[in-house]
Amino acid sequence: MVFGVASDPKVLDPSFASDGESLRVARQVFETLVRPEEGGTKVSPGLAESWEPDAAGTTWTFKLRSGVKFHDGTDFNAEAVCVNFDRWYNAKGLMQSPDVTAYWQDIMGGYAANEDDTLGESLFKSCTATDPTTVSLAFTRVSSKIPAALMLPSFSIHSPKALQDYDASNVSGSADDIKYPAYATEHPTGTGQFKFKAWDVANKTLTLERNEDYWGDKAKLKTLIFKTISDENARKQALRSGDIQGYDLVGPADVEPLKNEGFNLLTRPAFNILYLAINQKGNPKLADLKVRQAIAHAVNRQALVDSKLPPGAQVAVNFFPDTVEGWNGDVTKYEYDVEKAKSLLAEAGASDLTLRFHYPTEVTRPYMPNPKDLFELVSADLQAAGIKIEAIPLKWTPDYINATTSGNKHDLHFLGWTGDYGDGYNFIGTFFDRQKDEWGFNNKALFDKFRQADTTADQAAKVALYKELNADIMNFLPGVPISHSPPAIVFGKDVTGVKASPLTDERFGTAEFKS
Amino acid sequence: MIRFIVRRLLQLIPTLFGLSILLFIWLRRLPGGPETAILGERGTPEMRAAIRHNLGLDEPIMIQYGRFVRRMIRLDLGTSISTKREVTTEFLQRFPGTVELTITAMVIAIGIGIPLGYLAARRRGRLLDHLSVGGSLIGICIPVFFLAYILKAIFSENLGWFPSSGRQDPTLGATRITNFFVLDGLMTREWDAAADALWHLVLPGIALASIPLAIIVRITRASVLEVLNEDFVRTAEAKGLTENVVRRRHVLRNSLLPVVTSVGLLTGGLLSGAVLTETVFAFSGIGAFVAEAISQRDYPVLMGFIMIIAVVYVLVNLIVDLSYSLIDPRVRVR
Amino acid sequence: MTIISRKKKEKIDRLAELAARDDERGVSLWQEAFRRLRRNPAAMVGAVILGLFVIVSVVGPFLVPYAPEAQHWKDEIRVGFLPGVRAENWFGVDHIGRDQFSRMIVGARQTLLVGVVATMIGLAVGSLIGGIAGAAAGLGGRWGRAVDNVLMRFIDMLLAMPSLLLAISIAAILGAGLTTVMIAVGAVSVPVFARLLRGSMIAQSNSDYVLAATSLGVRKPKIALSHVIPNSLAPVIVQATLTLATAIIEAAALSFLGLGNNDAAIPEWGMMLADAQRYIDIAPRLAILPALGIIITALGFTLLGEAMREALDPKLRK
Repeated sequence: MVFGVASDPKVLDPSFASDGESLRVARQVFETLVRPEEGGTKVSPGLAESWEPDAAGTTWTFKLRSGVKFHDGTDFNAEAVCVNFDRWYNAKGLMQSPDVTAYWQDIMGGYAANEDDTLGESLFKSCTATDPTTVSLAFTRVSSKIPAALMLPSFSIHSPKALQDYDASNVSGSADDIKYPAYATEHPTGTGQFKFKAWDVANKTLTLERNEDYWGDKAKLKTLIFKTISDENARKQALRSGDIQGYDLVGPADVEPLKNEGFNLLTRPAFNILYLAINQKGNPKLADLKVRQAIAHAVNRQALVDSKLPPGAQVAVNFFPDTVEGWNGDVTKYEYDVEKAKSLLAEAGASDLTLRFHYPTEVTRPYMPNPKDLFELVSADLQAAGIKIEAIPLKWTPDYINATTSGNKHDLHFLGWTGDYGDGYNFIGTFFDRQKDEWGFNNKALFDKFRQADTTADQAAKVALYKELNADIMNFLPGVPISHSPPAIVFGKDVTGVKASPLTDERFGTAEFKS
Repeated sequence: MIRFIVRRLLQLIPTLFGLSILLFIWLRRLPGGPETAILGERGTPEMRAAIRHNLGLDEPIMIQYGRFVRRMIRLDLGTSISTKREVTTEFLQRFPGTVELTITAMVIAIGIGIPLGYLAARRRGRLLDHLSVGGSLIGICIPVFFLAYILKAIFSENLGWFPSSGRQDPTLGATRITNFFVLDGLMTREWDAAADALWHLVLPGIALASIPLAIIVRITRASVLEVLNEDFVRTAEAKGLTENVVRRRHVLRNSLLPVVTSVGLLTGGLLSGAVLTETVFAFSGIGAFVAEAISQRDYPVLMGFIMIIAVVYVLVNLIVDLSYSLIDPRVRVR
Repeated sequence: MTIISRKKKEKIDRLAELAARDDERGVSLWQEAFRRLRRNPAAMVGAVILGLFVIVSVVGPFLVPYAPEAQHWKDEIRVGFLPGVRAENWFGVDHIGRDQFSRMIVGARQTLLVGVVATMIGLAVGSLIGGIAGAAAGLGGRWGRAVDNVLMRFIDMLLAMPSLLLAISIAAILGAGLTTVMIAVGAVSVPVFARLLRGSMIAQSNSDYVLAATSLGVRKPKIALSHVIPNSLAPVIVQATLTLATAIIEAAALSFLGLGNNDAAIPEWGMMLADAQRYIDIAPRLAILPALGIIITALGFTLLGEAMREALDPKLRK
């Protein structure tokens, strides 16, 4: 099967990857200790059959599956797990660069020997192989991220032999002349349903083949090819002309037509958030809660969802979707009301407000399929409430990201997030747990509550805190949550078996051609 | 002749040097850097600073440039920031696609353009003239991405004659030697792979040929008209040579010179990559890759590719100049 | 002594006469070109297209039924549906709930504006560089050749850069928008104009009348300004007409790459076409209409430009 993707993968060693396409490949070739349940976000067994924390909540013991072999024929065992964790933990030099080990840094915060002052103490402490099928991971503190974060493809378990043979940790060279080891581009070796076969850069295709020695159900496809087609219409045309048998990032307007033509269209459960961010350090008036409330009342979010987002999208009430524990329906809601918006603006003495509104061009994010259209609508809404808008369109990378997440030149902008795993902190913590240039506020009470939630080991207590946080956030209103939209993925008329995943964790091993 | 070639090649050195300085300053003036592109939504200011430091982007521009020149002298173009492969490797994998596409487009443009231009000139002012000139002009006037969509809608989606994307059917698993897919297929005797690669070239080739075709038609036409008025043609006709001989030996041959010039320039231009054609046909070439590199701020790729493109451009022009003297003995290279 | 000087004076007078006659012929050249232009059907078709286009751009915006940015029908649009052609919307409703007919009409003016301003930028900068290089090369001896060499190497570098990449990197610095499109598209045509004017000037410099003026001791800058440049402009003007067409198309390409004009109040066909790509299945008219607009207009400019080129080319006179 040939599957169309929007961009080339960057690197085949998921330890070094943070882009969606590299991770998509990694999910077929590698496996993690724990993985999301099929079609959901709950933590379920992967290479580990079971796991439990100790009483303090800092040491987790994993019982591993036996009889698993890596693609190079070597055995998977507790030793191998520790080799992997030690490899990440003991990263040196350039491997500590956030562009190399982005997810490790994001989740664990630091390394055995930090080479940069801004890095913190590592969350990961040590790995111990008790026996071939038992491994314990010790952490320096209790964290909401464990064990859910271990589902991330970046924590994929590699073959220790392959790592050594291909010098996988040797990111060498010097400034602007970094050399990557061959492992990262030519020899990824995991335990997954597919083996890496070839990466044909000249043809923009990456070929995987069935792992005949897989421990579980073997893949039904003999080969799986990812083909890069960056243009949205070109992907659609390639599907129709039979070049490819499926593709991701389907435009919302194409969902109905493709479905009607008989293509197998899957809708992922919405596991994302699109928000309108407000920078309180931008226009000084934005520090006034009334002005932010006026903005929230001015935007007709329902109309936005009805006209521009894929079928099944919902107006957001919290900054994470209701499928995540800690969602709170009982928060301040800001219904569409232009008059109220106008009077709030008048009360705040901000009737003559001009805001710089950034929006990205030439990009499709799963949570934001058509930023320019969204901008046109929201901008008209705000103007109807008497706010003047200065439109600032910027290219997604690096201009837009740069302008909206640093400095103070932005007032309003769109941004969003697709959850990495099913924990609320991964959403609201990422946005609001510290002072950020994106939002420009310093709310110490809020930050403290986040710290408290992150270090609470008890699940029920943690969820209660998330609920409180959601209520606090919607009162403080740092931005306006707009929508959770279900991204679509499409397959050929005769392709079945793939289950859409909210985490975009589709496994192609179950795909098959029905005759 | 040799002196001419050597002099032109020596001129390349200061040109490249100047280009590298201009490019270096120009690229570093672009707002934002690779660190933002790499991290996307996930970046924090600290992470960005760390990446800038690792990439040496926090050093004075003179030091960065010095490092670049030192590497250039060793013919080392460095490693791509976004794909993590060496720039030279990237180039060798993507340039062949652009060359194949350029050749296809030029074959289509020349194969149709010269006969059409010639006929238009012979029938100047008549219907055929207006039709062929007007028709070829429409090619220039359609935005390429729209033309591509229409071509694909007709020939791929509806008729199913040609594939709509890529350079070759990946399920063939063809062997790669030079990354010139057609050539590789012939060399390894994988005939189906070569044919498939050719098949993939048709639609993007037509889309890319639309502009050169129109230019070649009108230059051929103008040039033929001019030659038809020359004394030697009248002499040849007067002397009783058959129309066929006059056409072939005198008119066509003498009107080719300006056509060759424009073909040379057009080829040089196309070799620098057709950003839009490559994008909408998902065709792996240097145009779309460099456009992507701009938005990723992939400095090594941009520097390396544009410098190589400049060299290729100069070489193509050199070949064009040399070919003058072959076609027209009056033009001697100095 | 006096005889010689009188003879010299006579010589100058005669040459001045010749030069004047040369100028006269220049005027008649234009007149004749115009006469031949009127007889060429292609030129007439082009002229009619452009006439209509200009009238629509000038008058149209005052006559449109709705403001181009007003989202009157926002509530009717759904993810997979856009209201089509009907009594109140002759060309249907666009993807944001605006009247497509009004946008097409107002868009004509913006499209024309982009084409004209971009061409002016290219023409001005290109002619400046080409003019200096041409003057230096034609008249300046060793230093002149050096100046010419440096300028032309610079132009070669610009030519070697893929034009869209040049435009993209300009847009990266300036940010997306109408001005950016104009500057970027204009910049792309700079090397073309520069080369053209330079080539034409060098050809003129080698012509007999310049040789004569030089030998008579007329100062070089004066020759360049009052003889060479005016006589070299014809091909540049023709090229400008052709560039108007490519400018409109390049603007569409930039919009396709997300760098185009983004102000909803001033619609432009290139941007409308690029925006419509996402809706091409459910509302193909949104793409076809601006595409037709662009094609017809560009064709108009090209036909006229080609005809002008032919009319002005003395070698093709019969």
